[in-house]
Order: sequence, then structure tokens, then C-alpha cells
Amino acid sequence: MNQETNFEPSILKLRGRRKWLRYGLLIVTAMLFLAPVFWMISSSLKPEYQIFATPPVWWPSPPRWANYTEALTTLPFGRFAVNTLIIAIGTVIGHVLSCSIVAYGFARLEAPGKGFLFILLLSTIMLPYPVTMVPLYIIFSRIGWVNNFLPLIVPAFLGNAFYIFLLRQAFKQIPAELEDAAHMDGANFLQILFYVILPISTPALATVAIFSFQAAWNDFLAPLIFLHDQSKYTLQLGLSFFRGSYQINWAYIMATSLVITLPVILVFFLFQKAFIEGIGYTGTKL
Amino acid sequence: MNRQRAVAFYISISPWLIGFLFLTIGPMLLSLYASFTDWDLLTAPVWNGGNNYIQMLDDPSFHQALKVTALYTLVYVPFDLIGGLLLAMLVQAKLRGISVFRTIIYLPTVFSGVAFVVVWIWMLNPRGGLINLLLAAVGIQGPRWLQDPSLALWSLVLMSFWGWGRSMVIFLAGLLTIPSVLYEAAAIDGAGSWKRFWKITLPLLTPTIFFNLVLSIIMTFQTFTSAFIATDGGPLDSTLFLVLYIYREAFQFFNMGYASALAWVLFIIIMILTLLLFRSQRFWVFYLGEERE
Repeated sequence: MNQETNFEPSILKLRGRRKWLRYGLLIVTAMLFLAPVFWMISSSLKPEYQIFATPPVWWPSPPRWANYTEALTTLPFGRFAVNTLIIAIGTVIGHVLSCSIVAYGFARLEAPGKGFLFILLLSTIMLPYPVTMVPLYIIFSRIGWVNNFLPLIVPAFLGNAFYIFLLRQAFKQIPAELEDAAHMDGANFLQILFYVILPISTPALATVAIFSFQAAWNDFLAPLIFLHDQSKYTLQLGLSFFRGSYQINWAYIMATSLVITLPVILVFFLFQKAFIEGIGYTGTKL
Repeated sequence: MNRQRAVAFYISISPWLIGFLFLTIGPMLLSLYASFTDWDLLTAPVWNGGNNYIQMLDDPSFHQALKVTALYTLVYVPFDLIGGLLLAMLVQAKLRGISVFRTIIYLPTVFSGVAFVVVWIWMLNPRGGLINLLLAAVGIQGPRWLQDPSLALWSLVLMSFWGWGRSMVIFLAGLLTIPSVLYEAAAIDGAGSWKRFWKITLPLLTPTIFFNLVLSIIMTFQTFTSAFIATDGGPLDSTLFLVLYIYREAFQFFNMGYASALAWVLFIIIMILTLLLFRSQRFWVFYLGEERE
């Protein structure tokens, strides 16, 4: 966030009592947001009889780690993890490839009809999935893609309006002179894209990859519609199925929720800057 | 040269163009046709004129779904915007360790819809849930939250505060683009912090508010996971969201025709709302460096 150094509003430098007041407020807020996480971890480590105990058990001792292994083997969560990984990786590759190619066209190439197509592209950002899910199901069921990962992966190779927009903004900021030399040498646009543009656009590409990974990993509605056999389930479907089963053991459910969220949390901490900035810099102009 | 560039343009955007034709426009037309038929996918579609749309007029479930979705939007959107803005102003301060607080508040948004909802079902569980345990600790008998028809929808709004981090980061980015000279000048003129907020922060933040508003409304109209997992539309249809109703008609009862008609109504509502929002921009959204009319 380089704006921070340029525009840092001086009033916000708090001193003395106001500073400590602000810290107090921050700590209370942080506790509020961490409470569910605390309760999740605490519950996930309780033996079953402590879950509903009165007086409540705030922290189990000793913690029952076996909940984790038991929860994750009650249903084939290993299988679900592999399925989710296949879908998520396929989706990320598809989005990064297709969106950077399309974004380059919108950022750098000129053609009649471009303005209209760009508005069309932007307007599809507003089009929610539930509107097209019924006809998509009809189409994909006709070509035998139901109960298959294809309806979840293939569309990623045909772009995503939001990611295209994001990359186009990034490509537009690259000085055109960089490409001129390549033009002189007679390079075509794909060569320019792959050898000139993409290598210096890694922050934007990382943002798209992270968003795409998170969305694919966490998706629920599309897998729910298209994947029917338990052997094809994703982690989210597995968790939903698990919680809907007759005997709810909340320790197991919390353990599972934590474990299946861990990869996204990991990605989040590794790429935190890209995560928060990516959202930030898409969000200032529309 | 120009023609070559034009050809290159169309080649480069061809993945999106193909996707637009086969995953957006094509399906939309198919569902428009389907919305005028009875279609269970096993037998051929049967044209029924506008019957599906007429049926909607007398369908209490559809009316309930519209009511629930509209009510939720009306409450959730201001809740999300005000919450996100307050948090952004809280973590805007330049203090040691501030990024830790930003991270903590943003972290819950990485939870999937399913995990997010599952955690809150447990938090709000009348027995053994943290919320009612804390209420009991101060001598209050907690309600039944998601199992109470008059509270279920509000419970869904309540738990959504955990996702405020999303609108917070967008507001934070907006706040950080406001030049400090404006605040300095106002301070010299003797404007207090309350006045500075209304006269500087809020007007200059209108583009960000607009962006968050659009995002927030589109999200609420898509609400599905929380209703599907936490309450399955109940109790007594009190959380029967429009998308959940479409899902049931299409994938539980295989009324593809009726579901398509419902989806088209959803589409038209969202279209009109976005159009109105974008039209309204010139009355209240104010970009720095632009003259106000």
C-alpha cells in the first residue's frame, strides 16, 4: 500500500490517551472476531461428554486430539481433498491463462467493437451464477458432464469477467515502450504477452490466482448441483453432508471445518499482501 | 497493420467471447425458452405459454421468497456497509501492530460459506453454543436463534458481521486515497472530527461506498449457502431465499420450466437494481477532481 506513505492523513497519528483508547477498542474488536475461532478450536478438542457440559468447559484438558483423526476418517475426506485439489488447480490454471490473454487484448489491442465488448464484459460481472445455473445444468447433463469435474473446470478456461478486468487494469499501467522493441522484432501478441507483459505482472497474476483458488476451494453451489456420487464430493460438500448426518458430533464437525479451511488460511498468510491489496485496488473505481 | 491488430484483438478475446456465447448468452436464451415450458428433463419440454409466470402470481412460496430476500437485503446491506466503514476507520490509524488487527478482522472471510455457516450454527446452538453460554453467564436465557421462526433470518444477519472484513479492506483502500491536505486545511479552519467526517471523509468516500453497495446487494440476492445449510429455508419458510427456492424447484422437484421462470425474475430484479444504482450515481457519488454540477 504505497499510498499510505503519500497520503497518510496526519490527524491519524494518535497520541497519549487517544492512542490507548484506540488500542483498547482494537483489542475488544479483535477478541470479538477471534471468539468463533477460539470456540471452534476449543470444541474440536473436547471429548463428547464435555461438549454440552454444565458448567461449560471453556478449554478441554487434556485436549482430545483423536477427534481430528476420527472426524477425518468417518467420511473419506482424503478422497474429497484430492477432488477439491484437482478442481482448484484446474480452475486456477484456466483462469490465469485465459484471463491474461483476454485482458491483454482489452488493454493493448485496438479493433472496431472493442468499446461495446468491454461494456458487455463489465456487465457480466453483475450476472450472478444462480441465474444461469438451471440452463447450464440442462446443457451439461445433455453432454454427459453431470457427476464429472468438467463443468467446474472447463468454464475457467473461458475467462472470468472480474479477473479479466483486474488484469486489464494492471496491464494498462505498463509503459507501452517496453513492447515497442518486441514489436520491431516482429513478435506477435502472444509472444509479447508471455515474454514481456506477464513476467512483470506477477503481483496481479498472483492476486488472480489466489482469488481463483479461494473461490474454487470454497465453492459450494456448483459442486452441489453437478457432483452426486460421494466419491466425487469436494471438501465443502463433504462437510455439508457430514453436518447433515443424524448423529452430529460437534467436536468432529469443528475439527473438519478447521482442517478444510487450513489450506486457504495458509495461502492467505503466504500472500497476505496480495490478498488485501488486490481487493483494495479493484475496489476504488467502477 | 490496423487490420492485423483487429484480428489479433479478436483472437485474444476469443476465450471470453466463446464463454460469453456458450456459458452466458446461450444458456440465458435456453432458460428463457424453458421458462415457457413444462420440462422435467426426462421427457421433451411442453410449451405452456406464460403459465409459469401466471403461476408465480398465486404462489405463496414465491411471495415468501421475494419477501425474505428483500427484507434480508434491506437489513444486511446497511449493516455490512456501516460495519465495514466503522472497522476501516478503526484500523486506519497509524499505530504499531495495526496490521495484526487488520489481519485478524479480515481472516474470517477466508472461511468457505459452508465452514462459516457451520461454525455459526454451533456458536448459536441453544445448548452448548458460545453465544448462549455467554448470555447465561450474565443471567440471560438465550433464545433459540436459528430454530425460532421470528429470529432465524435475523440470526443470519447477525452472523454476517464475521464477514465485515471484506467491505473493511475496500473502505480502507478508499480512506487511504483521501489526501491529508484536506484534513489539515479543515483542522486549521477549526473543523472538529465530527465535521471532518461529514464534510470530507464521507463525500470523498462515495465512490467506495457505491462499489461496496453494488457488491453487497448482488451478494445478498445470491444468498444460498447459509439458508441451505443453517436452516434449509425454515423454520416455517422464514429463511426461504429466492435462490434456495430456485434450487429446490430445479434440482429437487425437477421443474426446470418453473425454475427457469424464477431465475429470469431474479435476473430482471438484479438488472433493474443495478441500473437504478448506476443511474443514481450522478446524484450522490462524487469523484475527486470532478466538478459538482
